[in-house]
Amino acid sequence: MADDKDVLRDVWFGRIPTCFTLYQDEITEREAEPFYLLLPRMSYLTLVTDKVKKHFLKVMKAEDIEEMWFDFEGTSLKWHYPIGLLFDLHASNTALPWSITVHFKNFPERDLLHCPSNSVIEAHFMSSIKEADALKHKSQVINDMQKKDHKQLWMGLQNVVLCSSDKFDQFWAMNRKLMEYPTEEGGFRYIPFRIYLTMSDRPFIQKLFRPISPDGHTHTLGDLLKEVYPVAIPNDDESKHYQVVIHGIEPLLETPLQWLSEHLSHPDNFLHISVIPAPSD
Amino acid sequence: MKAVHLTLVRLSLGLNMPVSLLWAVDVYGRVYSLSTRGQQWEQCRDAVLEFKRVTAVQQCCWGIACDHHIYLNVHSSDVPIRYQEETFENQRWNPMDNFSDHLLPSDRWQWSNITGLEHQPLDSFFLPSTNWEWEGDWYIDENFGGEPTEKEGWTYAIDFPATYTKDKKWNSCVRRRRWIRYRRYKATDTWAKIPSEGHSGPLPDPFNDISCGGWEISEEPRGRLSLWAVSLQGKVWFREGIHHHSPEGDGWEEVSLPGEVVQISCGPGDLVWAVLWEGQLIVREGITRDCPRGSSWVVVDSPNPEAGAIHVAVGDNVVWAVTKDNKIWYRRGINSYNPRGSGWIGMIGEMVMINVGLNDQVWGISCEDRAVYFRQGVTSSELSGKAWKAVNVPRDGDIRSHSSASSSSLHSAGCFFSGEVRAQSVMSEDSDTKNGPQRAVLEVGACPSSPPPDPPPVDPDAPKPRIPKVTSDSFISEMLSDRKVKREGPTTAVTAGPSIPEEEASLREADAKSPPLALVLSPSLSGGPGDPQWSNVDLEETQTHLAVGPAGVRGDTADTCSLSSVATYTLCQEEPYGADEHPLWAWVSGGGCGVDCHSQLNWFNSATALSSSVQSMSLSISPAQTAAWRKQIFEQLSERSKREMDNFKHYEQAIEQSQSVWVKKGAMQWWRDWKPHKWVDVRFALEQFSGPEGNQDGILFLYYNFNEEKKYLHAFINEVTILVPVLNDSKHTFAVYTAERTKQRWPIRLAAATELEMHDWLALLSVSCCDSRGIQGPPSKQALWSVTCKGDVFVCEPSPSLEACPYPTPCDQMFWHQVGGHLRLVECNSLGVVWGVGYDHTVWVYTGGYGGGFLQGLASSTDNIYTQTDVKCVYIYENQRWNPVTGYTNRGLPTDRYMWSDATGLQECTKANTKPPSPHWTWVADWAIDYGISGGTDREGWQYAADFPTSYHGHKTLKDFVRRRRWARKCKLTTTGPWQEVPPIPLSDVTIIPCGAQSIVEPIPLWAISNKGDVLCRLGVTLLTPAGTSWLHVGTDQPFKSISIGGANQVWAIARDGSAFYRGSVTAQSPSGDCWYHIPSPVRQKLQQVSVGRTSVYTVDQHGNLWFRQGLTPSCPQGSSWEHISNNVRKVSVGPLDQVWIIADKVQGSHSLSCGTVCHRLGVQPMEPKGQSWDYGIGGGWDHITVRGNSFEAPRVRMPSLTPSLTASLTDPLRTHPPRRPLSFRNTEENGNAVRC
Repeated sequence: MADDKDVLRDVWFGRIPTCFTLYQDEITEREAEPFYLLLPRMSYLTLVTDKVKKHFLKVMKAEDIEEMWFDFEGTSLKWHYPIGLLFDLHASNTALPWSITVHFKNFPERDLLHCPSNSVIEAHFMSSIKEADALKHKSQVINDMQKKDHKQLWMGLQNVVLCSSDKFDQFWAMNRKLMEYPTEEGGFRYIPFRIYLTMSDRPFIQKLFRPISPDGHTHTLGDLLKEVYPVAIPNDDESKHYQVVIHGIEPLLETPLQWLSEHLSHPDNFLHISVIPAPSD
Repeated sequence: MKAVHLTLVRLSLGLNMPVSLLWAVDVYGRVYSLSTRGQQWEQCRDAVLEFKRVTAVQQCCWGIACDHHIYLNVHSSDVPIRYQEETFENQRWNPMDNFSDHLLPSDRWQWSNITGLEHQPLDSFFLPSTNWEWEGDWYIDENFGGEPTEKEGWTYAIDFPATYTKDKKWNSCVRRRRWIRYRRYKATDTWAKIPSEGHSGPLPDPFNDISCGGWEISEEPRGRLSLWAVSLQGKVWFREGIHHHSPEGDGWEEVSLPGEVVQISCGPGDLVWAVLWEGQLIVREGITRDCPRGSSWVVVDSPNPEAGAIHVAVGDNVVWAVTKDNKIWYRRGINSYNPRGSGWIGMIGEMVMINVGLNDQVWGISCEDRAVYFRQGVTSSELSGKAWKAVNVPRDGDIRSHSSASSSSLHSAGCFFSGEVRAQSVMSEDSDTKNGPQRAVLEVGACPSSPPPDPPPVDPDAPKPRIPKVTSDSFISEMLSDRKVKREGPTTAVTAGPSIPEEEASLREADAKSPPLALVLSPSLSGGPGDPQWSNVDLEETQTHLAVGPAGVRGDTADTCSLSSVATYTLCQEEPYGADEHPLWAWVSGGGCGVDCHSQLNWFNSATALSSSVQSMSLSISPAQTAAWRKQIFEQLSERSKREMDNFKHYEQAIEQSQSVWVKKGAMQWWRDWKPHKWVDVRFALEQFSGPEGNQDGILFLYYNFNEEKKYLHAFINEVTILVPVLNDSKHTFAVYTAERTKQRWPIRLAAATELEMHDWLALLSVSCCDSRGIQGPPSKQALWSVTCKGDVFVCEPSPSLEACPYPTPCDQMFWHQVGGHLRLVECNSLGVVWGVGYDHTVWVYTGGYGGGFLQGLASSTDNIYTQTDVKCVYIYENQRWNPVTGYTNRGLPTDRYMWSDATGLQECTKANTKPPSPHWTWVADWAIDYGISGGTDREGWQYAADFPTSYHGHKTLKDFVRRRRWARKCKLTTTGPWQEVPPIPLSDVTIIPCGAQSIVEPIPLWAISNKGDVLCRLGVTLLTPAGTSWLHVGTDQPFKSISIGGANQVWAIARDGSAFYRGSVTAQSPSGDCWYHIPSPVRQKLQQVSVGRTSVYTVDQHGNLWFRQGLTPSCPQGSSWEHISNNVRKVSVGPLDQVWIIADKVQGSHSLSCGTVCHRLGVQPMEPKGQSWDYGIGGGWDHITVRGNSFEAPRVRMPSLTPSLTASLTDPLRTHPPRRPLSFRNTEENGNAVRC
């Protein structure tokens, strides 16, 4: 008899145990110990890795240090994807802790955006929220908010890392407004979602998709995939080729999309869905 | 977060409303009901006859059918209406025949009633009517005053009349035994004809109006109703003897009148108004508990001298009237002292009739479109409401009977109406021309019970169709309308009704054809100014039609159709059942319809009317919450947390919370620890910080001055065991306990300046305490639940070592936190099914949420929280002393108690200065004499005694010099909590099997006692549907008061006579068992409550003794005898491990005494189910505990060296021997009972 709020809470407090190791070619003064950390799924890598940086700086010379970046098994990790998404997309079926390699040199300009300061993250985060609200409410809610309300959302995200119920409340006090919709419409205008594929050149798929069909049926996760990426849906006769992962779980395909959007969206208000190959036993 | 919480609560409000019905009759005499949960009018198919009028109350509906007879429709209930007939068989001993039926001539009859004064052989008992049936044959009662008799059931005495004993003695010369037979009312959910016989033969003339009410006049006998009826000749009749065991009543009594009445209305209480033919109104006075018929009439003038009243409707505190110009009037200044009120206020809208239902809610039928309207915004502070809103739902037969619809219209209905009235019961087959539209309406309506005919031929020469006979109110209103104002006499008018001269009828037909448009659609009738509800008629449109009026009627049907939709509701134009299918109502009765201005009804918007989604909302968890996808997400998330977090807790967090300490400060008052105790101003602060393991911790500081010196007192948040709100009428206080303070019976008592401030602090402290102990979310299935005497609900998460032996978790260290809601008792089991019962006996099932009440934000779930209400009585006593000169007066001796006091007499409590128990409660009624007090009362409610304070009796004797009577006033509390109502039967006790059912679908046995003492067994209780589906009534020979079911389906119950009963053969297959085994109570003790665990059976008697049932074995489940365990016990709860917990009555601590303390029996082991001693926990005002959810077997440690002294040392010596006699506790500090009893 659990409560929907518990879902929000579980999602909010999601953590991934991570082991950071320094890239072997980095020049150090003495051997760098790996660094273990619980990374909040909802946050962004560059926002929560100050400790990692501090840890490795202790063994390095200042002149050897450029902008820090990360990879996992050779894939550069995009800081502007939420951490949980990066994990689901690249490391779902690997052993924990998640082993991330830390680089201070040879920034992969082609793959990654620079992140000189937190204000860049804030700008990225706010633009995502605005985009999401444009889809959900024609931007009406976000435009009605004041500057300080925007700030509160951002502060909320920053505070994801704190294991505090107050911060959860603080964030949701504001985020709730973004999750409202007129009862008679039964949902948002469009669901802000992005589907990520590991095996694709496209970074992600994003389309206009309504939570309710024209004939009044509730759209489900399955309906969305059928429309957008039908390959991900297993046929009756064959075994599952793909896993559809959100926040490290595989919701059933009949889960209503509107509910997912309200409960399993990231703080940027997008539903980030990873479609990954099913592990072959 | 507060806002989120509130919106969600509001969304779910409508769901936990018990279902009740609004009744209505359409102009064709078909009876419909509309459920508060439904979205369409359901036709009462059972009614073979057409009805004129109905009047409903919650349990039944009365009606007048077109045969002018009165019919009664009693709603079926899970608890049947049964009546116990009894008679006594008397015998006398003589040396020849031994005991035989040869009685002495001076003796009573061989078969008699209990007094012996009436001859009552078995065959003299007859069913009161054909609506009853016998349940079985006569049998002998073998229970005598709570003790079983010998097989034959005889009781012996020296002579008639004397005291009887169950044992035969040497001097027993007579004996008697009691025979019982039950009869059952069988005519439920059907219209049963009530013979129209007065006490002196059949009534002379048929009935014309009827009104039912009066159930609030007295609660005993239960189900008592007043039924008033008006005959065609204008006489008024009162139905005698209607109560629960006699739903039909006994007979009619004529009530004398100052004139001739056309219509009458009776409210739930003592308001009865009637309308006279001449247009004045009369008010009944002198209606009391002893005289529900009242004594006299007073005349009140019509609101409008030009137009007399034609209709009146009364409620609890309101009177509404309709004058013959269809204007509506509200009567000002009505209350129980002044049933006449003080003046009329004209209201907006025009109605043909009005009805006042429950909660003074108002229903009407508009004269414009004949729709049923509901008065919005009627509250106790604004009884006249705000606006009219049309009830706009389809009828269940709408689609079916829709064959000739296209041409009928409101327009033609208008014609129909003005003609129909006079044509009542006239079969004018040979009428002149009729047009198509009219025809269609008549056709549909004429044969309500038969399938609709083919589309009628649009033939102007066709014979006039049959006109419905029933016209109900329109009959009266027309009779009184302008054409008939100068009525010669009542008789002519009456006879004019049924048999109108032909010419007159056709004259009116003619009338009807041309002016109907004006009648129905004229702008003057289109609604009062300024009321949006009434201004939906497009005037311009109407006028154009008025111009083409008659032509349109005759020829162009399409045209008419469009007119009607404009005129009635533009909303409906696209509906498949358009305006032409608009029902035309004649009568509405809301007397059984439990709505108030907050009710969420789906009646006002036909767009969603047919969707059945709302109806499918069951009491249990809504489908979305049990859906597989949802479950999957919950399971996977918790799996994810385990996978990703549980093994990595030692990892650092990415960012630590800054080391800052978070502080909240405030000013409070503190009940200081040293004497003289008093409230002193203190500064109060909560400092919070992250504990060593990442969880929040904090310290409470309380800064005070002592001898000009600044000092402080502190408490660690993780040591606080409970926070208890103690709202009373003067201060907003709460108590903070730690283990140490629980021992001392001396909490930190704090008072905030305002209620809001107190709730802020409580919510904050509560979250901090839960955080520091890692408690969040809903209570576990194992949780212990308890209730204070203020109705506050607390839960405790049991540690696995709570039932450990020999070292259980000490009781005073248990952490309790509050859950929203207000209950009198709560019962649970280890599967997480939790039921509660309120002070008003309303039944609630736990929804799986948490929080509610003042708990908000994280401490409260957002869904599963609903509004909960409770009602209780506040009592005060009026005391008088007799003196030889003036008799009883309110002047007592100087040493006497207050003349208005509380029960003890020590506190002055007048009607004016007595406030509701706390600001959460509001008065909902006025002071009324309470006749239900134990000891009985005289007719005025007085109880007599020799002096204060002694025991009181209900009649005056020569030795009595003082008397008192109890006044009661109802108050109501509204709060929120994770509870949903389980209507409709109120309960006094409930029990759920403490363990068992493994699968989700397996039914969970749940038994209950209704507030009337019926034993009930709930069907359909499962984990998914914790509310179950229906009650199964289990017959008993007397009312019961307590029940408990054990782990192996053993059901024990306590009857009102204080004896115990064991229910035989209860199994999963036969959930209600087969018969009761009578178990005598301990000698000279009346048992009060029972609790059955896995095997143990414990009972509590009325003197606070705790008894253990000895000798229970599988072959002898009834056991052999009672063994005394302890005194000083109020309630007992035995859990699935046979653990024993009680509420102890008076417990001594180091600082004070507390009444109502949670205690745990120590040393209970499988071989020693009685345990050894008590461990004392939280207390001071606790009323109820249930440990039946806790099935945590503690790891067993064998400690052979354990000596009793060790256990005893856990408690102080005083406690191991609870005081044998009630200690005097008048002088102890009130601190001991945080919640004052």
